[in-house]
Amino acid sequence: MTDAPIPRTPSLLARTIDSDIFYSFRRSKLTMVSAAIVFLLLMMALLAPVLVVQNPFDPAQLELINSRIAPLWTAEGQKPFLLGTDEQGRDIYSAILYGMRISLVVGVLGVSFAAVLGIGLGLIAGYVGGAVDSLIMRIADVQLTFPAILIALLIDGVVKSALGNHLDASTTLIVLVVAIGLSFWVQYARTVRGSVMVEKNKDYVAAAQLIGLPARVIMIRHVLPNTMGPILVIATINLALAIITEATLSFLGSGMPDTMPSLGTLIRIGNNYLFSGEWWVIAFPGLALASLILSINLLGDWLRDALNPKLQ
Amino acid sequence: MLAFILRRALQSIGVMIAVGIIAFTMFRFAGDPVNQMVAIDTTPAQRAEVRASLGLDDPVPVQFARYFINAVQFKFGVSYQFRQPVSALLKERMPATLELATCATVIALVFGILMGIYSALRKDSFFAKVLQAVSLIGISLPTFLIGILLIYLFAVTLGWLPSFGRGDVVKFGWWTTGLLTISGLKALIMPSVTLGLFQMTLIMRLVRAEMLEVLRTDYIRFARARGLTTRAIHFGHALKNTLVPVITVAGLQFGSVIAFAIITETVFQWPGMGLLFVQAVQNVDIPIMAAYLLVVSLIFVTINLIVDILYTIVDPRLRATINRPA
Repeated sequence: MTDAPIPRTPSLLARTIDSDIFYSFRRSKLTMVSAAIVFLLLMMALLAPVLVVQNPFDPAQLELINSRIAPLWTAEGQKPFLLGTDEQGRDIYSAILYGMRISLVVGVLGVSFAAVLGIGLGLIAGYVGGAVDSLIMRIADVQLTFPAILIALLIDGVVKSALGNHLDASTTLIVLVVAIGLSFWVQYARTVRGSVMVEKNKDYVAAAQLIGLPARVIMIRHVLPNTMGPILVIATINLALAIITEATLSFLGSGMPDTMPSLGTLIRIGNNYLFSGEWWVIAFPGLALASLILSINLLGDWLRDALNPKLQ
Repeated sequence: MLAFILRRALQSIGVMIAVGIIAFTMFRFAGDPVNQMVAIDTTPAQRAEVRASLGLDDPVPVQFARYFINAVQFKFGVSYQFRQPVSALLKERMPATLELATCATVIALVFGILMGIYSALRKDSFFAKVLQAVSLIGISLPTFLIGILLIYLFAVTLGWLPSFGRGDVVKFGWWTTGLLTISGLKALIMPSVTLGLFQMTLIMRLVRAEMLEVLRTDYIRFARARGLTTRAIHFGHALKNTLVPVITVAGLQFGSVIAFAIITETVFQWPGMGLLFVQAVQNVDIPIMAAYLLVVSLIFVTINLIVDILYTIVDPRLRATINRPA
């Protein structure tokens, strides 16, 4: 007598490969390429200490004798400086990897801060309603008329005047994260509030209220998970915007200092050598920043289409 | 209708008062104004004198009222770094920024609309696909990178255009313009293209989407049935209805063009309000920061108000919703 094979629950990997999102991922070559680039850049930033020839943040490792060396493949190139060096003898390749770390850390922390703030305020506004809702949403409306970069610059300036003009690098990093977070929370708040208004009239919320769950638990455990799709899309697109904002602030001289440069700072430094023919000081950081932002944007676009069944 | 305009105007005044409170708080509490103004060896007695002469000992509401009354008359105090009245500095810099922002908007409108029409009418052509791809890259590249790229190409490599400044300017009273000299016009090209690029891609995408939408409607089909030429249908009928939202967006974006000029002005060392603001942020010159915030907010709020009112005048459907109690 032969037993019929017992159907097994497919593994997580099998379910992922079988899912709609993975299917649409495999269908788009552009998405796969940009995902690969983001992954590659992420790995390079993560493993930077192993991959570099010097620590660009450590002044003791910079030798003036190595300054202004052209990239390796040109006639004046010297080992081990693959992409050349800047005026202080800083290896451009190492500086890019470390700078990308800073840019990504500020971007991810800034977006997370904005998301937590926006989701929290959006949940409260949507669930509580009334005067609280009007107050939060009025502030959001007014803030939305002003471009994020202006708000971030203002916050940066005010913090500097309160704490003194010469901050150390790690404090600057925190200031940048706060400035970016406070400039980008509005979109999350609006989206979450909209979804909460729809969700809170559904039966499952009424049921949860009926068994006596406190509002806090209903909001976080039951309503919030149902609003996560759009939040993920906004977060991805905002990550690119946050990285641009950080780079712009650093380029304008209000961001990371020269001693601990992000990609934007490297571009600002390189801008001074544009006319003296040392193009590599600015070209490679610029290229790194552009490819990082472009591939994150492409991923965000794909995610938006993949998570929105109405568009398919 | 009048009630709507009044309510909308009151809202705008409310926003301006809120911004005024923020500006005053910055002005008064971020850093000590006295410390910024006196020398290191000033005695405490002299400091107290300066403090009293600035009225910093008065109650905060009194100080706010004074700041508010001065701000309404465009008096914003004295800059810490230049030791000059902020309003004079802003007035001197304003023509440069407005000229740059206007040129950028005109470039964005002209090229954005043309490219949008083309990519809607020939939506499967190779060139239209190239435009779509380029517009994605245009949105992804940070403004300052585009500016640097242009400088490297046209100023460093080719040497055709100046890389910084406004060139020669002509004075009309307090207004200065670079539009009447060759060097002024040459200096204007790269900054306004850089500043307008983002709006241009935005307008192009908008025109394309709107145009595709309009071309599917019944009245276009009817126009075809009447035997009108394709040219008359596309440009006489379809385009006209596409342009209303486009003009609105362009109008509303003018405020952010002025704000984004901060970046462009820094890249090209353009002597406008944005450059003044960036230098103020770096040197913690709070009076300039507060004044810039107020002036830019005033421009934003005024444009929003005008666009909202014009919109209801142009589009009768909106008037119906407005007359309903909110």
